Amino acid sequence: MGIRIDLDKCTGCGACISSCPFGLLEIKDDKALVKEGCTLCGACQSPCAFEAIIIEAPAKTAAADAGHRGVWVFVEQRDGKVKNVAYELLAEGRKLADSLKTEVGAVCFGHGIDGASLIAHGADKVYLVDSPDFVSNPEDLCTTQFVNLVRQYKPEIVLAGATPLGRAFIPRVAAILKTGLTADCTGLDIDLEKRLLLQTRPTFGGNIMATIICQSGRPQMSTVRPRVFKKGVPDKTRQGQIIKVDFDKARITSRTKLLSFVEDVSERVKLDEADIIVSGGRGLGKPENFALLKELAGVLGAALGSSRPPVDEGWIPYSHQVGQTGKTVCPKLYIACGISGSVQHLAGMQTSEIIVAINDDPNAPIFEVATYGIVGDLFKVVPMLIDKLKNR
Amino acid sequence: MNVVVCLKQVPGTTDVKIDPQTNNLIRSGIPNIINPFDTYALEEGVRIKDRCGGKVTVTSMGPPQAEQMLREAISLGADEAVLLSDREFAGADTWATAYTLAVAIKKLGQFDIVICGRQTLDGDTGQVGPELAEMLDIPLVAYVSKIEELTAQRIQARRMIDEGHEVIESPLPVVITVTKEINVPRLPSLRGIARSQSAVIPVWNTQQLGADPSKVGLTGSFTKVVKIFFPQRVCQAEVFEGELEAQVDRLLDRLKSAGLI
Repeated sequence: MGIRIDLDKCTGCGACISSCPFGLLEIKDDKALVKEGCTLCGACQSPCAFEAIIIEAPAKTAAADAGHRGVWVFVEQRDGKVKNVAYELLAEGRKLADSLKTEVGAVCFGHGIDGASLIAHGADKVYLVDSPDFVSNPEDLCTTQFVNLVRQYKPEIVLAGATPLGRAFIPRVAAILKTGLTADCTGLDIDLEKRLLLQTRPTFGGNIMATIICQSGRPQMSTVRPRVFKKGVPDKTRQGQIIKVDFDKARITSRTKLLSFVEDVSERVKLDEADIIVSGGRGLGKPENFALLKELAGVLGAALGSSRPPVDEGWIPYSHQVGQTGKTVCPKLYIACGISGSVQHLAGMQTSEIIVAINDDPNAPIFEVATYGIVGDLFKVVPMLIDKLKNR
Repeated sequence: MNVVVCLKQVPGTTDVKIDPQTNNLIRSGIPNIINPFDTYALEEGVRIKDRCGGKVTVTSMGPPQAEQMLREAISLGADEAVLLSDREFAGADTWATAYTLAVAIKKLGQFDIVICGRQTLDGDTGQVGPELAEMLDIPLVAYVSKIEELTAQRIQARRMIDEGHEVIESPLPVVITVTKEINVPRLPSLRGIARSQSAVIPVWNTQQLGADPSKVGLTGSFTKVVKIFFPQRVCQAEVFEGELEAQVDRLLDRLKSAGLI
């Protein structure tokens, strides 16, 4: 097992060197050499025209999909309200299930949930645990209950939102079920021949895209960030079945206890739900200059966003951060002011419908994803925009 | 209080640029660093030791050069370090990584708190901490931004959720994953640097760990990368020209016809 270079085939051309995300390839004595630390990611294989790079993996145990059928979506709720990401995943899950000719199952733990709306959004079956114990999403209970349902009904695919809840409890489910989980997928597809889920996700801050499969464990599990997929139009005439699942309080207990909850009202910036976002970057120069963007946001009825540097500098709270380590957003209009457009930032906003870039550097990468660009001083452009918008 | 902190050595990718000609990563001169989120985990571990006594053990699964990072962790206040390194560990997904760490943590002996960063800079999954908790069969509190209270038996921790934050109480032992709001990591002390230079850092491979070889590395991984590609970006922006005011007017026209203003 491992990586090796076929020395007969390797010509020492060096085409592989720059493909290694870890910089572990070098040419020594006219042949490629892999240094210590290789993670067997496979990035070097396609640039090699001579098929000289061989990664050997042991033969996996036979595909474990026997009897597993159906695409499941974990429907996250809070206080009885279903989150948008669940509807987005139902729309995507529907597509996957149609190509696999199977059913969509929606799994929801909560109290007073409208199961019919999940059917209208694409579910064939709704597995509903209705209990006041679940309103605030206790993770121990969610984990055990989800594992029990998977063992009973054996879905082949499980999709969940990459929210703080999904990211905390879904990996625990995967660990218990002994199966693979791929985080933050931005593309999902089916290899029909092998009945495999092709999960594509950005890695290295969006520098590289990787397509990942789960070959042996079942179900194949993915988390997906909110706003990556589009919510469908609900069809109230769709037929489906609501299966009420009993919550066995005596057998499922929680080790952790919720002591208090404080809603973040002041910092609640609703980036996820805003139609327009005005966002600022390092180009603002100092914290006071966010006031200018706040004014523009006010005129437009927009939410205020930020790239990472202002957050790291403490100019604006983390809850405003858009990008790989912040929020993924997809508004109708995204106005980037003084943001150069690092790949990490682009990963969080490039699916916005219209992107306006205002930057004094014409070579800034933000222009690569922009719909409209103004190359100029934001301190001249933004006041002009505010002025003209006010006087319309 | 025995604290175990899990660390990962990552390429400092924040400044990585793509070569516009070849579409490849420009990697020259990029040093390996402690995963930034893990520096908060380490600092919190050291603060717990400062308050409650006990010791902080750091561990990492990685190539031999990750030893340097563990020395740095000692200079920052860790007492002991163990490196988990074996060619067989290469290609591990989060499940196999969590398994390997879990075996090592059990081997280290009695522990009260395991601390991980919320995610890594390179893989960016945030999955290892939660999976580790399950493999150790102990509770998890994820996205912790403050430890409110800590006794020999219990922890009360404030953690981030979408809508705000919650305070969660858990019995010990526990796994917590921490966000960068939790603290400001210290700089290495002179005494720490001296200690780090002389520290003996054991290296455990599969056999020494007593790990099941079928559960580590690529062999133990359920997920497999089948394709790697570079995202293609083509500049399609309409970049306005002329006087600044005329540009602004044209932008507003476009936004108006899109029905946005």
